[in-house]
Amino acid sequence: MQWQQVFANVSPSAWRVWQRDLDVFLTTWKTNFLPPLLEPVLYVLAFGVGMGSLIGLVVYQGEELPYLRFMIPGVICVAIMFWAYFETTYSSFVRMYYQRTFDAIIATPLLVEDVIAGEWLWGGTKAVLTATIMLGMMGLFGLVSWPSALLVVPLAVVGGLLFSALGLICTALVPKIDSFNVPAFLLIFPMFLFSGTFFPIDILPRWAMGFALTLPLTHVSYLVRGACLGRTPPFWLANVAYLLGATLLTAALALILMRRRLIK
Amino acid sequence: MRSPLPIEATGLTKRYGALAAVDAIDFRVARGECVGFLGPNGAGKTTTVRMVTCFTPISGGMVRVFGYDVTRHPREIKARLGVCPQEDNLDPDFSVRRNLLVYARYFGIPSAQARARTDRLLEMMQLTEKADSPIEALSGGMKRRLVIARALLNEPELLVLDEPTTGLDPQARHMIWQRIRQLRAAGTTILLTTHYMEEASQLCNRVILMDEARILLEGTPDALIAEEIGREVVELWDIPEEVRRFVQASGWITEQGEERLFVYDRTGGEVGVRIGRRFPHQSRLIRNATLEDVFLHRAGRSLRE
Repeated sequence: MQWQQVFANVSPSAWRVWQRDLDVFLTTWKTNFLPPLLEPVLYVLAFGVGMGSLIGLVVYQGEELPYLRFMIPGVICVAIMFWAYFETTYSSFVRMYYQRTFDAIIATPLLVEDVIAGEWLWGGTKAVLTATIMLGMMGLFGLVSWPSALLVVPLAVVGGLLFSALGLICTALVPKIDSFNVPAFLLIFPMFLFSGTFFPIDILPRWAMGFALTLPLTHVSYLVRGACLGRTPPFWLANVAYLLGATLLTAALALILMRRRLIK
Repeated sequence: MRSPLPIEATGLTKRYGALAAVDAIDFRVARGECVGFLGPNGAGKTTTVRMVTCFTPISGGMVRVFGYDVTRHPREIKARLGVCPQEDNLDPDFSVRRNLLVYARYFGIPSAQARARTDRLLEMMQLTEKADSPIEALSGGMKRRLVIARALLNEPELLVLDEPTTGLDPQARHMIWQRIRQLRAAGTTILLTTHYMEEASQLCNRVILMDEARILLEGTPDALIAEEIGREVVELWDIPEEVRRFVQASGWITEQGEERLFVYDRTGGEVGVRIGRRFPHQSRLIRNATLEDVFLHRAGRSLRE
């Protein structure tokens, strides 16, 4: 099948799949809303009261900041990545392979492309929900600047959709559920640590910084940190362009590869 | 103008690499018919069903469902189909009732109508008491009934059942047969696959026997039995040489099983009576010919893997 046809096959019915996932999420909302509410509290305790007292001030883009204030936007970035990526890897794989939920859905007028798009949108949505709740909690602790911090929400939309698509690409390629360990260790955990999430990447050697700049999470963290601190990142246009480009590219790839896995 | 046939397949083919899972088969299903696909595992029944229901792209030939080409109009076709897959794929994240309500949304059924149909279908499948139970609390038979209820949500004109009663106990099986007969009586066209010849005899007005990716035979169960086997089958075991010679000399159609010799009796009565008169001590069983004999006769009695 032509790849143009694959994109043309996505219809507004994809939202029905999104709605199904949202419904499941809301059935167990008590447990689902707990982590984003509690995580910031734990981070404040660990890094503000604990580690932050050892580190003291951090120099970020020419300005001195308490470590906690520097680090907290990084926690939001990690949440955007983890909640989207883990939703469309482990959770989507369970729905696809063990529960056969996708098979059930494509016996209706929906096409497999609708299902893939719905899962993608849901992965992004989960990142947005989590980032928004965390942002609110951090606002309560007085750790972010308003109103610029509100920009975190649209950034979570783009970042969430990017990592959601990345997750689907992995789901399309892994032979079995244990294989997710490979992309997790080669891609996700390095990104978690080396994308300017917990320390500014300009203190790294040049080659390492160059590598960090290729990672999508680095661009998310420049923008999210800028929004939380109320300052404009120097290369914000480049960051935005990278993220939009990468999101479109990974989403297209996710659709094509997932379709190839599901249709035999 | 006559309305298009529910299913019309010509030269329908599915290849996986060099292997043909379905090899250029032709068949039709008319409105109101209940057609059963029979055949051993790997014969191509499920692949055929998957092509008709737009799950698997076809590799060659053509299949039209209600006049629509499966390749070009899958959404239109699937809106008018009810599909009951071989393996239960109910949504374990929802209760019994919500499984149906959520599924109705995929068809774009308005919610008030979806609630009304859900209540009616739960009633029909005797699942009303389980409406709020999680899926894991259901027995195998209940799950199957719920899958069928789900397949009926969009009031399909064609119901496709892939091994609807495999693995069920006799009570559950009979209850499902009863429901399928009711649907047939109400005019629903049905396509089913099964291993159970009794199921095919009970439900289908026409059967299609598949083996090794092709259609071997096609017809009403009674006509197939009469043509292929006759009226009765005499099974013989512990056979002395003289009995064997007698049977051979009589010119009857026989088939050697692993332990038993099957003698097909076209007229009914003659074979059993003659063997009984001549060899009163010969171990034997005389019974009516069934679709199972047709199946085993054509597909071979030995185990194939």
